[in-house]
Amino acid sequence: MARINLTVDGASVSDDVEPRMLLVQYLREKLGKTGTVIGCDTSNCGACTVHLDGTSVKSCNVLAVQAEGCEVTTIEGLADTVDTDLHQVQESFRECHGLQCGFCTPGMIMQSVDLLKENPNPSEEEIRLGLEGNLCRCTGYHNIVKAVQHAATAAGGAQ
Amino acid sequence: MTTLQDPPVESSPEIGRERRRKEDQRLITGRTRWTDNIVLPGMLHLAMVRSPFAHATISSIDTTEAKASRNVVTVLTGADLGESQGTLINAWAITTDQVAPAHPPMPSDRVSFAGEIVAVVVARTAAEARDAAELVDVEYDELPAAIDLKAAANDEVLAHPDLGTNKSAFWKFDSAEAGTGGDVDAAIEKARGDGIVIEREYRQQRLIPAFMEPRSTVVDPTGEQITMWSATQIPHILRFALAATTGVPESKIRVIAPDVGGGFGGKLQTTPEEWLTFCIANRLGKPVKYTETRSESLMVAHHGRDQWQKLTMSAEKDGTVTGLKVELLADLGSHVSLVGGGVPVLGAFMFNAIYKFPAYQFNCQTVLTNKTWTDAYRGAGRPEATFAIERLMTELAAELDVDPIEIRRKNWITHEEFPFMSVAGLEYDTGNYEAATDKALEMFGYDDLRAEQKRRRDAGDPIQLGIGVSTFTEMCGLAPSRVLGQLNYGAGGWEHAAVRMLATGKVEVVTGASAHGQGHETAFSQIVADRLGVPFEDVEVLHGDTQTSPRGLDTYGSRSLVVGGEALVRAADKVIEKAKPIAAHLLEASVDDIEFADGRLSVRGTDQGVAITEVAAAVFAAHDYPEGIEPSIDSEATYDPVNFNYPHGTHLCAMEVDTETGGVKIRKYVCVDDIGTIINPMIVAGQVHGGLVQGIAQALWEEAVYDDAGTLVSGSFVDYLLPTAADTLSFDVDHTSSPSITNTLGTKGVGEAGTIASTPAVVNAVVDAIRHFGVDDVTMPCTPERVWKAIHSRGGGGEAATEGAAAPHFDAAEGTEGAGA
Repeated sequence: MARINLTVDGASVSDDVEPRMLLVQYLREKLGKTGTVIGCDTSNCGACTVHLDGTSVKSCNVLAVQAEGCEVTTIEGLADTVDTDLHQVQESFRECHGLQCGFCTPGMIMQSVDLLKENPNPSEEEIRLGLEGNLCRCTGYHNIVKAVQHAATAAGGAQ
Repeated sequence: MTTLQDPPVESSPEIGRERRRKEDQRLITGRTRWTDNIVLPGMLHLAMVRSPFAHATISSIDTTEAKASRNVVTVLTGADLGESQGTLINAWAITTDQVAPAHPPMPSDRVSFAGEIVAVVVARTAAEARDAAELVDVEYDELPAAIDLKAAANDEVLAHPDLGTNKSAFWKFDSAEAGTGGDVDAAIEKARGDGIVIEREYRQQRLIPAFMEPRSTVVDPTGEQITMWSATQIPHILRFALAATTGVPESKIRVIAPDVGGGFGGKLQTTPEEWLTFCIANRLGKPVKYTETRSESLMVAHHGRDQWQKLTMSAEKDGTVTGLKVELLADLGSHVSLVGGGVPVLGAFMFNAIYKFPAYQFNCQTVLTNKTWTDAYRGAGRPEATFAIERLMTELAAELDVDPIEIRRKNWITHEEFPFMSVAGLEYDTGNYEAATDKALEMFGYDDLRAEQKRRRDAGDPIQLGIGVSTFTEMCGLAPSRVLGQLNYGAGGWEHAAVRMLATGKVEVVTGASAHGQGHETAFSQIVADRLGVPFEDVEVLHGDTQTSPRGLDTYGSRSLVVGGEALVRAADKVIEKAKPIAAHLLEASVDDIEFADGRLSVRGTDQGVAITEVAAAVFAAHDYPEGIEPSIDSEATYDPVNFNYPHGTHLCAMEVDTETGGVKIRKYVCVDDIGTIINPMIVAGQVHGGLVQGIAQALWEEAVYDDAGTLVSGSFVDYLLPTAADTLSFDVDHTSSPSITNTLGTKGVGEAGTIASTPAVVNAVVDAIRHFGVDDVTMPCTPERVWKAIHSRGGGGEAATEGAAAPHFDAAEGTEGAGA
């Protein structure tokens, strides 16, 4: 067991974890942050994407012990409160019907937030390449791309 | 954005409106109830030990070391559980003499596919269960495995030696025998003399539904009712089957499908993992959870398609079709699963599609092999049929050197001919193929693209352009119960709904349809809001729990709206009828003078009236209501459809093919679907987009590949090519509208349409781009390697010229089973 101290969605947390425990397992099993989900075991699907010190990572590809001292933001910490003050990307996914079953959505939103942070005015091609590491089986990506464009426009990044 | 041909009428302010979804708030904030999120006090976790062999006898299982592993509660085998584990059912024996092996969730003597469960570890954590699963020592005696479908059909190696054959069932429809058409063999013979005969063999490769949420089941046996949460499309069927096969009374079982992360037919199943979780939780008296890994999901959650299609189409010299004969081999895999044998039969009535064939015959042989069992995958039987006929019509056009649109116009059912009795015996209620096609051609810029195609061809451009056409129809809205009875299906096709008028003015709607991403909560709220004249926000849709929704047949086959929605309409109408005598009493009027509009019951010709929500409050208090009637306006309805439902549409695909590399790139994709009245255009567009990508993925990318030993070699997302955002494009989606006349709202199903229509449009486009090289087929998925080889072998685009495996890093010389094998 190893002791880790980190900040998750604004709260300081501390736990003893097995060195092999993945960050996504830590979030789900120890903290009950079940908004972040597991969709594969090969780091292909991106459903578990969170922000680690402000950068998107697949939390199945990070050990919990590697998050020592870091600041983690999950889908549950993206909005200021649960029912109001949603992040613009969350609003845009709803507005553009960028989700159906919603399982890929937490990862897709977290990746989109990071994408727009790096490139506030992306082209369709740049959005598609930027989301390449996140799989969705419901939407055919059409409305996910529109949602990211919508969020960019709303944030003043695009024309 | 999607537009309606007919704008919504003023009295229907909700239907036709792009309401944002009620479902989304919890999903975009991570406040979700996936089954794997459920944690209960004292809950134990399962890990499965699975056979690495496709076919073997189990010699011995040593669980000693696993049982001694840290925090392991027990390790159980098939011998330990015996009959207490129940059995998995086949709900649709397509013939009364169907051959099917017994289907225990965990066999004790012999495994018949790689991935079959041989032992279960129960431990305090999932990680400890998996650790211990590695320590279970199983000795196998490997048996010869039946892997290749055609070889299996010849009984060269038996998948189940005790059955004596791999042939499970032979199912035939013949229009002459049925009295719905002529003799197909005579039509073909005649065409061999003085007409045209197109003969082809197409491969429907094996696919994996690959829903994003891996399957998970939690069972809590600590109450009087045993509760199962499961990531399923079919909580009601699951509850019935558990009761029917385990001896536990149905009234003691509660099944909940909480948030379910996609299904696409893949969660239309009753699974060994569900049965074992149920059995072990009851045995131990503790809550138990099992969640599969993605690798397990790809390996053992049922697969789809996997057919060989032998097709013979006859036509006169002018292109008028005269007959169609279909001979299918369908791979069941190791067992006849829930509706596995029936999937090809769902396509039996659709090969004739929108065309006026005078004679038709469908033959299907289902075959057992030692691979993962197959069952429904989005479209289930109808994509296969649509692919075959839309490829054949395009081949006929090529044979005659006419435009593929023209050959379709010549043969399709014209708008004036509806309702039309098809050669397969179905009555198509409404349709307008001309309107949908005209609109699609205009949106596509068809003539300009044909001109560009010619320019590129004449110039010998290394990038060639192909145009693919698919004018599809399908039968959905499963299904009229009497028809299912005639087909020997084990259940009905009705759906149930209830409307509860709460005292506070809110409305609870209960549906037996069980959504897993489709947006029922939103669309059904729109329907009820319109019907009862109450605010959209005041309607709450409840589903997916057999305790709140006791009757239902769940969600598949594009049935929720056209069957479940109609049940809802009828339940709402009953509410109004029950409210009328109470309103008359309150208003001191005759019930005959009460009329209902916009949520109000009024006395005809006066300004006297009462809101239906006020009537609900009045019967809740029950202080003042008429004698002889119950103080409630709550109502329910069970609706059994009178017919299937026939959406149709025209899909056009422009494909660029790099003749130097074989690479393909879709440049433009246009579809105009006629799905009758649209409840929510935004949700419909989403269904179409997602459906398109799944159909396109069959054409270009996806294939479940087995090696000679029966090992799935595309068993992870590294190897099974699910398309990404970077692989796909934005679509041009529009609609025409010929409302269905078999349901009140005029709706048609849309859940499967995109998938059914798109696959042949894409392959037709690939072939069209390189037909001048002498190519008349490319086996799916049309990988760059296959396309390149088709071009460079000059004419052998089909089976002979293309590689067996989708994954180029597997050496065919070492043996890979796939389309070309």
